[in-house]
Amino acid sequence: MSIFGWMNDQLLRMQWLSDLVTSGVQALGINPATRLGGSVQFFVYDVIKIFILLSVLIFAISYVQSYFPPERTRRFLGGRSGIGANILGALLGTITPFCSCSSIPLFIGFTAAGLPLGVTFAFLISSPLVDMASVILLASIFSWPIALAYVGVGLLVAVIGGTLIGKLGMEDQVESFVRTVPVSDTEEALTRADRLAFARDQLLDIVKKVWPYVLIGVGIGAAIHNWVPAETISALLGQDKWWAVPVATLMGIPMYADIFGTLPIAEALVGKGVGLGTVLAFMMAVTALSLPSLIMLKRVVKMPLLVVFTGVVTIGILTIGFTFNAITHLFI
Amino acid sequence: MIIKILGSGCKKCVTLADNAKAAAEAAGKTAEIVKITDFAEIAGYGVMSTPALVVDEKLLSSGKVLSAVEIGRLL
Repeated sequence: MSIFGWMNDQLLRMQWLSDLVTSGVQALGINPATRLGGSVQFFVYDVIKIFILLSVLIFAISYVQSYFPPERTRRFLGGRSGIGANILGALLGTITPFCSCSSIPLFIGFTAAGLPLGVTFAFLISSPLVDMASVILLASIFSWPIALAYVGVGLLVAVIGGTLIGKLGMEDQVESFVRTVPVSDTEEALTRADRLAFARDQLLDIVKKVWPYVLIGVGIGAAIHNWVPAETISALLGQDKWWAVPVATLMGIPMYADIFGTLPIAEALVGKGVGLGTVLAFMMAVTALSLPSLIMLKRVVKMPLLVVFTGVVTIGILTIGFTFNAITHLFI
Repeated sequence: MIIKILGSGCKKCVTLADNAKAAAEAAGKTAEIVKITDFAEIAGYGVMSTPALVVDEKLLSSGKVLSAVEIGRLL
């Protein structure tokens, strides 16, 4: 086996942990080959794996992100427009630290500084959709080609969505107060200790916030994995069903969860033969189109722009879903 | 002294408000804590990441939940 394959199996997929949990479960007198034993093994292994990955990733990524505060991103994007600027906005969206409760001040800050709507929306779409942690987790659970393909299409949705919204000239669809707020450009100089503290705080904060979602997600995943018959799943979401992708997307929208909670569900669904595109559509709908964030966005943009935003992102997700289902055989 | 906590009301803002209150008490100052949840007003301070801390109309921090000790140093 190549060294790269070994690193992928042991470090990212944590085959050693799976083996260890299997032995542990057996030592307790439970046979992992049975349904119950299999569920227990899957649950324990997945929970430990996700928390290890989560901790290492959030810490490392937050450290990198401390170099890209929103103020710097805004300065960097300032004065640019056109497709190049939209691409840049989408890329920066993946590395600027982002919390959904900050999306509105960020939107106001970008718009007030005169950034084109296209750039701002490219940023806003890519930011929850493609973050670095989700990419590495995807690689861990599926494979690198799938993770990279996810990044590619996620950025594509953000750039196309941003460009479309920019082209529609909906500048007047932003609530008027947004343009009148003052723009201040302060940025603190951070020391390495500050950055490490920031990374630690982000880690504690995110783990505190997402642990219930991870447990619920893994629980649902374990249930699907061992208890729901493949026929039931494929009758609803099977590859041959044209409605699989739209149904998965619709199911995802009202859900407000983290990528870390949705991944174990995605993993179990793929294991049951659900198309990769269907699963990706579900994950993207959960992260990029959640009802709470749409309700917040309504406070700064008028209805037509909100509808266009939702429509563009939904169409993007559906397109990705159908495309990936058509080319699944390239990956699995 | 008027301490304003800027944020949409998420858990971080509540923690920051509590810490600010504790810091003011530790410093022996009487402080009025005001929570600002209106986005227009938040943005008016030029803040792009919440929660943010404003003391007597001066922006002291944004995007961070400072501890009571850290706030005490800034006061």
